Amino acid sequence: MTNYILRRLLYLLVVLFVVAGITFTLMHAVPGGPFDNEKNLPPEIQANKEKYYHLDDPLYVQFFSYLYEVTIPRITTTPPTLQTSDDYLITAKMGNYWFKWMNFGPSITSRNRSVNDIFREQLPVSFQLGIFALMIAIAIGMPLGIMSALNHNKWPDYVGMGVAIFGVSVPTIVLGPLLVWIFGVSLQWLPPSGWGAKPPFVLGLFPGTFDWEYFKYAILPAFVLGLGSSAVIARLTRASMLQVVREDYIRTARAKGLHERMVIMRHALKNALIPVITVLGPLFAALVTGTFVTELVFSIPGLGRYFVNSISNRDYTVIMGTVLLYAVFLVLSNLVVDIIYAVLDPRIRYS
Amino acid sequence: MKTPTQFPAALTEHPIPGETPGKSRSLWQEALQRLMRNRAALTGGIIIILLVLIALFADLIAPYTFEQQSLINANAVPTWVTRLFPSLKPYAVINEQYPIGADKLGRDLFSRIVYGTRISLAMAFIGPIISLIIGVVYGSISGFFGGRVDNIMMRVVDVLYAFPGLLFIILLMAFFRTTLAQPEEGTFAYYVGQLDAQFGGLLFIMIGIGLTGWETQARLTRGQILSVREKEYIEAARCIGASNLRIMFRHILPNILGPLIILETLSIPGYIYTEAFLSFIGLGVNPPTPSWGSMISDGSRALRAYPNQALFPALALAITMFAFNFLGDGLRDALEPRLRGTQK
Repeated sequence: MTNYILRRLLYLLVVLFVVAGITFTLMHAVPGGPFDNEKNLPPEIQANKEKYYHLDDPLYVQFFSYLYEVTIPRITTTPPTLQTSDDYLITAKMGNYWFKWMNFGPSITSRNRSVNDIFREQLPVSFQLGIFALMIAIAIGMPLGIMSALNHNKWPDYVGMGVAIFGVSVPTIVLGPLLVWIFGVSLQWLPPSGWGAKPPFVLGLFPGTFDWEYFKYAILPAFVLGLGSSAVIARLTRASMLQVVREDYIRTARAKGLHERMVIMRHALKNALIPVITVLGPLFAALVTGTFVTELVFSIPGLGRYFVNSISNRDYTVIMGTVLLYAVFLVLSNLVVDIIYAVLDPRIRYS
Repeated sequence: MKTPTQFPAALTEHPIPGETPGKSRSLWQEALQRLMRNRAALTGGIIIILLVLIALFADLIAPYTFEQQSLINANAVPTWVTRLFPSLKPYAVINEQYPIGADKLGRDLFSRIVYGTRISLAMAFIGPIISLIIGVVYGSISGFFGGRVDNIMMRVVDVLYAFPGLLFIILLMAFFRTTLAQPEEGTFAYYVGQLDAQFGGLLFIMIGIGLTGWETQARLTRGQILSVREKEYIEAARCIGASNLRIMFRHILPNILGPLIILETLSIPGYIYTEAFLSFIGLGVNPPTPSWGSMISDGSRALRAYPNQALFPALALAITMFAFNFLGDGLRDALEPRLRGTQK
């Protein structure tokens, strides 16, 4: 198992390297540069700026020095400075030495921020939104799937699967404006845009206070984002449940006279939920990386908006940073799922 | 030997009177019959046929062209819309000439939605074709030859899987839009850009989908081929000296068609959504080409004042995606009755 995890982690590095390579090639293949938006920039100043951000180096030098800055930890005697080009995600003081790791570089177009600043301030918002969406997806999807399976081919089944089809058919850009119009504009129950928490965040990810002032901003976007995934969960729960209730051990449980509710809760549900739990990982990754549609619709200051803007601004470091972050999320959550799968189902052994 | 042997359960469960079981025809006929019995799928199919007709005869249906502006009628609405959205009443320009209103440039919303059908349906039909061709060819090669070829090809797919799909397509679109936007005349990029302009910007979206949407198809094809490859009839074909290509096209592909059709139909809403989403964030079709996505985006900005401008194109998009989802679900139930509700 340890071997397997190590191999997967090694593989993760390879994947990230390839992802970084493709992204780097693509974004430098796009004509234009980060300073195109500035008016009447004298060529000397432009050259100076490019020199400052090392944009005048050959591309392969830029690529490998970027990878070096991001991956290789360093131990120095000098404390980190406040410069955006010297901002490390992980810093620790060890005696007289400073341990510094993961410098994603300065944002080129927003002058006073580093990519790590964006991670610290915008990622938590996307993360919170993703968590809420996942919770809503589970809260809607699982009961719906169980209900459908227990009433197989009866009306609750059709209702449940109808809701599931609704969930996959009505995309964010349809449901978002619709709900904003109903609850934000017409009824004015909920704010139509924005987010209820501001940095600094507790533990780097969570908002300081959980109250109505915070939740009222999260309800609409989380519901819009979670509904599509709830359909996936509902279908999977239903299918897996249908399969499990035909198993021999369910017949045994019924034969020994257990109450039907006991059979369902203790014997069927526990086994039926294993495959469901395993999709939660990729689903969570998809939700966190997919928030940017929702963020655009609801004007939420999350990571997604920065990504879209960074592409049109040619903010190279931000593009690289966000794509890598999303890729890490995806690959890691898949790995976690595979491990959980092995833990939950002892029949599975990775060698 | 053409007989798809995948569905023994289907054959024994509902034998069709007057048909000899085992003919390849009867299977598809039976699937069709099952499909027709499924009311939701039938409704979906009828809606899709209607949409195709609307797209084909858009010129006859739409009262205006999609680009015809009339600034004097900017944001105009007919009376029934003001009844639907009472908040409009105090300030809206009333003009009965527009069936569901006009946008901020005075272009008829209804006509634009009608013409927008063309874009969405083009995605619905061309998206699957592109991803099917790339995915099936890739997956077939991988599954058919196996061994080291298979290993390498599947690792490539794994890496592409780790690439956040929407981000990749956004990057690609930014790349296409800017690289091929105004190149010098006579270069290759210039002609591609011209071609794209002819398509109203759709060509790049199709290329983007072609480059990102085929991995699932490739995996499925490979898996199917691996399971079919060892069957006796393939061995028999090999024994009588059939070539690789012949085995591939005559014996393997027809037998793995079912799951591929199901997967493609179920991914059609995804292609439609990708185009709408790209247009929504401004990387999709070129204005003034009407896309439901860009109409929703424009309308969302005026959501407070003129909700009709966002909600009607949103309705059109939702109905279309419903129709394709219903049809896809029905097709899955019809082609693989055992799988009802187990996928996706």
